Formats: sequence, structure tokens, C-alpha cells
Amino acid sequence: MLVYLIRRLLYVVPIALAVSVVCFSLVHIAPGDPLVSILPPDASQALVEQMKKSYGFDRPIPVQFAIWLGKIAQGDLGTSIATSRPVLQEITKAVGNTLMLAFAATLIGFTLGCFFGFVAGYFRDTLVDRIAVTVSILGVSVPHYWLGMVLVICFSVLLPWRPPTGAGPGSSAAWVWDWEHVKYLILPAVTMSVIPMGIVTRTVRALVGDILSQEFVDALRAKGLTDWGVFQHVVKNAAPTALAVMGLQLGYLLGGSILIETVFSWPGTGFLLNAAIFQRDLPLLQGTILVLAMFFVVLNLLVDTVQTAIDPRIRRG
Amino acid sequence: MRNSRNIRRALLGAALATALPGLAAAQGTLRIAMTAADIPRTVGQPDQGFEGNRFTGIPMYDGLTQWDLSSADKPSVVIPSLATEWSVDANDKTKWIFKLRPGVKFHDGSDFNADAVVWNVEKVLKQDAAHFDASQVGVTASRMPTLRSARKVDNLTVEMTTAQPDSFLPINLTNLFMASPAQWQKLYDAVPASVSDPKQRAAQAWTAFAGNASGTGPFRMDRFVPRERLELVKFAGHWDSKKVPKLDRVVLIPMPEASARSAALLSGQVDWIEAPAPDAVAQLKSRGFIITANAQPHVWPWQFSFVEGSPWSDKRVRQAANLCVDREGMKQLLAGLMEPAVGTVPPGHPWWGNPSFQIKYDVAAARKLMQEAGYGPNKMLKVKTQISASGSGQMQPLPMNEFVQQSLKECYIDAELDVIEWNTLFTNWRRGAKDDTARGAHAINVTYAAMDPFFAMVRFLDSKAAPPVSNNWGFFNNPEFDQLVATARSTFDGGERDKALAKLHARSVEEAVFLWVAHDVGPRAMSARVKGYVQPKSWFIDLTTVSMQ
Repeated sequence: MLVYLIRRLLYVVPIALAVSVVCFSLVHIAPGDPLVSILPPDASQALVEQMKKSYGFDRPIPVQFAIWLGKIAQGDLGTSIATSRPVLQEITKAVGNTLMLAFAATLIGFTLGCFFGFVAGYFRDTLVDRIAVTVSILGVSVPHYWLGMVLVICFSVLLPWRPPTGAGPGSSAAWVWDWEHVKYLILPAVTMSVIPMGIVTRTVRALVGDILSQEFVDALRAKGLTDWGVFQHVVKNAAPTALAVMGLQLGYLLGGSILIETVFSWPGTGFLLNAAIFQRDLPLLQGTILVLAMFFVVLNLLVDTVQTAIDPRIRRG
Repeated sequence: MRNSRNIRRALLGAALATALPGLAAAQGTLRIAMTAADIPRTVGQPDQGFEGNRFTGIPMYDGLTQWDLSSADKPSVVIPSLATEWSVDANDKTKWIFKLRPGVKFHDGSDFNADAVVWNVEKVLKQDAAHFDASQVGVTASRMPTLRSARKVDNLTVEMTTAQPDSFLPINLTNLFMASPAQWQKLYDAVPASVSDPKQRAAQAWTAFAGNASGTGPFRMDRFVPRERLELVKFAGHWDSKKVPKLDRVVLIPMPEASARSAALLSGQVDWIEAPAPDAVAQLKSRGFIITANAQPHVWPWQFSFVEGSPWSDKRVRQAANLCVDREGMKQLLAGLMEPAVGTVPPGHPWWGNPSFQIKYDVAAARKLMQEAGYGPNKMLKVKTQISASGSGQMQPLPMNEFVQQSLKECYIDAELDVIEWNTLFTNWRRGAKDDTARGAHAINVTYAAMDPFFAMVRFLDSKAAPPVSNNWGFFNNPEFDQLVATARSTFDGGERDKALAKLHARSVEEAVFLWVAHDVGPRAMSARVKGYVQPKSWFIDLTTVSMQ
């Protein structure tokens, strides 16, 4: 197990380096001017050149990359061009808000997904199965941007039950876990949960069906185990894959959703990315993408580790 | 029965007594959803275009001069603000004297004086000044392109120097907001001693200033949560007693998504939204919300290329295009949220100038001109225009451009639309029609502000403003126009300067230098509880007159 862990940790280094190269290159490949956020459209070319020099954008790209990477190694993601605030500070705050939203969405998505998945798997080819499958297909297929707007129209405009936007009555900086604040979380979390719910439902349904058709289940029943006892075995066998799928889904959710966070003005990483993209705020964009990409790397590592701990066959492999 | 009624009355009274203090507290609070994705910068020189000036510039800061925002009918003109009077040196027209208003205080209690003016000029123009801030240069320097320095004459007198004689300086200075040097110094001194590099210390002081801003404007900063909200409160010590706000508090919330803004207004989360989507207007009106709009000094045009081979080099073709667009039809398309443009400024504006060529919808006249130029139904003129699918100030670029495309077809002009990303279009605009990035386009659709003469006309009509210097994208080059620009720039009497500008504008319409299509009307939707709001013919607004019912 230890050797496996060390090997996986070592893999992280080249992956992280590759991720940083991609993050840096992508935003530079995109057309447009990196200083557009602080230069008005009518800025003269002379002023543009002066500003490029001030911000170091006149240097060759490899030199800019080396400087950027050197700073990252020291924990400095740079300073936002648009706001002059440290990128790390911006991302830390946004990540906190996205974590809150992602975990709420995961809780809803995983719980409902497992429920529908197990029910559909156990009662395969029945009406219950068909309903669960329909729900899962809807969850995966419905554009969540559209769903978010529909929920806002229904539950904020027509029935003023939930606030439509924001992260609390006094901003996320004043967040506390009380109903006044939590009610701001409900609509975006429900919107965000539909895709993982659909995916988990489909995965768990397939897994349960597959496990129930295996011989060991018959053996368990032959041994006189109750349905509850068999169910526990099915859950244990389905757990590693369901967990891996949910882990990846959580990764996607932690990345934030530009669309959902923009629709609900939720100040997370998606909202931040949206602002960074439209303002061409290169340091902020690079920093945010890098942090989100590293989320995936770390999350994959964690999921692999947990899977290995649960399933000895992986360890042996 | 009577007892029961008394109990109900008592309960009602108790409920009202409990609710009223809350109600009273909320009466003076106005919550605004902006279109920006972030709070515009609060250090004095806002970003995010003129929405920044509107919400974090003018409310918190004053300039030496300001726009008169008091009337919905008259054109907004420049009036005194922190400077009470100004004049150019009779012998050296590059030197201006500004007399400052006495007794003005910053929000932190420090005095506004000549030192503060010099300090604020140097924050963006003097690169070796301790408080020089590169991040504020971009949005400031291009808006006062000829200003070079400021010098204190006495405590209430400042001398400004320009690179060349420039009568537009007092207008340009509306864009230079006065931040408090004392407040900045206090924050600079509070930077930890471990930060020894003066540039780093200055940068950190500016970052701290963003959250602890201090200007002389009618509102002062109370609470700032980056990317989420900015709360401003009344500054009772404002130098102009008539501009002490009626509101106690203004809450500004960034909300870039148009449907989110509409939902926030409909649900009562905010009282006012900027730029409601045209398709939401009917619903908002039906729910009792007020839609306000007024023609802004904004132009939605096709800027023509005059480089060799461009079909727009032919004046008849340019005039035909201007006669071919059904602007009233487009207005219907946009639910009334535009004004037809018949020039850079509308008739009645001091710079209008009464051009001999009248822009209107006249397909027959347009076809005649096209036929004279050698085109017809069997010989369509092919042109290409670079446009964007979205962008600040671009209104609804896709449907509007498609509308223009359809209109022009009636006049034998077959326009190809080259749709590119907004920021890329911006960058291309600076590079000009000869650059590869133009991809052979004969016109470009970038909207522009027309508040001051430089931005409205000079940068497009002066041959010296061709790329890479400024925004004469199409390389328009006409010595007559160069002379008219020079005359306007060196005419220092306000009335005479306006006459010179009117001549320049009239000639530009006669030559059909642009295809003028629309003026934005700055639509906003608000609750019926918002009172006292005046929407001037400007990009800016005065929040001091507003109150909540």
C-alpha cells in the first residue's frame, strides 16, 4: 500500500508540471489583449505598449512562463490585472464558496442517485425502474443553465420562496450556517446536483444489476442470508465504483459551474472564471485554472487511494 | 366581540410597532444590480467602462470638472466641480490655470487643495512618483491624452500643462477623479515594515485603499466585499449642500446575467437593474416596474475602411448605406430600447451643425445612388464587416447586424458578417483595417462613446489618429478634416469651440464617414418605490436626487 501511494504521489509531479504548461499556454493561445481589462477600447497603441512593458507582457512567452512557474513554486499565483488583488486571495475565497455549493450538490446528487440506482437495480424492468431511469436521463440531459433559470422563475419570481441570486443577505463574507443564509444555497445546489444524480443513478443501477446476476449472490441466498444481508453485500461490492464515479463528479462540481454560478451570482470559482475570461485577466485565469486542475489531480489520487483501501484486488494489481 | 376587535387592534399595533423601525431603516436604501461581473475598481479611476464611472467614480469622487446630470431634456454639458473656474494662458496655450473650490474635505477629513490635485495627476502620469499606479494609467491616460503635468501655484490654484494646445482639456478632466492623498499615505504607512520595496508598498497601499476609499463625492464607502457588493452611505459633509444624498445607503451588486437581474428585481431582491434584456421589458412593465431610458452619447455604427480597394471609398455608396437602414424598424426589434442615429450627435446638440445631407430611411434615393455608383440588382456590391456576438456597449450586436445586413440587401449591398469574439474585435480595432487581423473587412462594428470631442470625432476623423496611434481604424484621411480638427482643438472660447466642432460634425455626416445606426438609451428598470430619478442624456446618472418611498 505504501509503495503504491509513493508511486501515485510521484506521478503527481509530472502531471502538475504538464497541467501548468497547458494552463499557461491555453490562455496565451487565445486571441485578444491581456490588458483589455485595464485599457479602454480607445487606448492608443503607444499606451498599450507602455502597459505591456509595465506588466511584463513584452517579454518572450517562455520567460513569462518561467517567472510565473517560479512564483507558483513559492506559493504566489500573482496579482489580478483587473483588480490588483492577489490571485491566491481571490481563489481561496471563491474556492470556499464553491466547496460549500459542491458539497451540498454532492450530498443531494449522491443520496438521490444511490437511492434511484439501487431501487432501479433491484426492481429491474419494472415500472419503478423505468421511472428511475427516466429521472436519471433527465438529470443528465437537462441543460442545468436552463434548469437554474426555470427554478428561479418558479421559486423566486412566481412563488417568492427562495432568493434568486447571491450568497446570503450580506454577501458570502458574512456567511453563517443559519436558515437565512442556507436558503440562498438551495436553488443553486439543487440545479448543480441533477447531473451527478443522473450519472450515479445509471452507474449504480448497472452495478446492482450486474452484481445481482453473479453467482456469489445465489450462494449468499443459499446460505440463508436475508434480503437485507444480501443488500449489504451488494452495497459493499458496488461501493468502490460508485465512489469513484462520485469522486470524479465531485471534482467537476468543485471546478464550479460557470453557468450555474453566473445564473445565481454565486461567488465561486465558476463566477470568478467567468469574470476572468471576460476581463481577459490572465493571472487570475491561469491561477484559477491551475488550482482547479490540481483539484482533479489530488481528487483522483484520493479516490484511487480510497478504492485501493476498499478493494484489495486493485492493490494486488 | 368588542374585546376580540380590541385584541386584534392591539396585535396589529404591536406588529406595526415592531415592523416600522425596520421599514424606516429600509426606506433610504437603494439596491442596484449592475451588469458588471465585478465591482468596478474603487481606487478613484474605475474600470468596467462607463458603468464604473457611473457607480464607483461619480458617487464617491469628484473631478475638477463634472457633467451636468440634472436634466433629462438638455444635452449634458461640462460644469465646474472641484475647480470653480479655469482659463488657458493667453501667451502659452499649453498652460491652463484651474482655481480650486475652497473648504472641500475628503471623506477621511483631510483637506482638498492644490497638493491633492498634483498628487492625483502624478498617480497616473509620473512614473517615478511614490504613489504611481500603473493599473490606473490605462483607464485614465487615454481619456486625457494631451495632459502632461500639474504644478501647484498656491494652495487653491493649479497649473496644468498639455503636450499641445488643447481646448478639450476641461472636458477630459471629468475623467480624473480626486482620491485622498492623506488616506493613501495612512495606508502606505500601515504596510508592514517587512515589505521594503517602495513599489510593493505602494501597490499594497492601493490595494488597501480599494477597500478603504476616500474621495470628496456625495457618497462614501461603508462596506466593500470584492466581487459581491459595495455599500455606500451618504456623505453629509459634501461641499455642495444640494448634492447631499437623499438616500442613506446604496448597495451595488454585480450581476452580469440579464435574466438573473430581471429575476432579482421581480423577486424584490434589488430595487433597480441596469440594462434589462429587451424581451423582459414587457413582463417588467406588466408587473408595475418602471422602465427608464434616454438617448445616450453613444453610437452604434459601422466604421468604414478607406484603404485602397474598399468599396466604401465611394461617397455615393456610403450615403446610400445610410439611407437604406430602417432604423425605426430596428427600434421595434429592440422593444424601443434605442434611438435612431443620424450622426454622431443628435439634432439639437451643440455639435450637430445642420449637415446638408440628411440621414433617413429612403430606399429609392439609396438605390439611385447605388445605380450611379455602378451597382444594381444584377451587380450586387459585396462587402465584409467584422462584428462581435456580444460586448460592452454593443447592445444586441447579432440581431442588429443581421437587420442592417437585410436592409442593405434592398440597396444592392451584399454584406458578409465576420463574427469574432468581442475582446479580439477590440484588439483588431486598434490595429486598423490594413492589419491581417481585419481579414479583409471593409467595415467594423465597434460602438463608441461620444461625450467629449476627442472620443466622439477627433480620433476617427484626424488622419494623425490612424493606427497604431488611435482609433481611425479605416485610415480616413482628408486634409479638410485635419484642419477642422486643428481649429476646434485650438479654439478656447467655449461657444466658438462648439461651432468649430459643429462644422466638423456636419462635414462628417455629409461625407457619410460612418454608417450611423443607433444610439443606446441606457435602459434600466426599477421599482415604483424609487423616486426622484432623472435620466440625463448621458452615460452617467446622479444618485443624489434619488429616494425610496
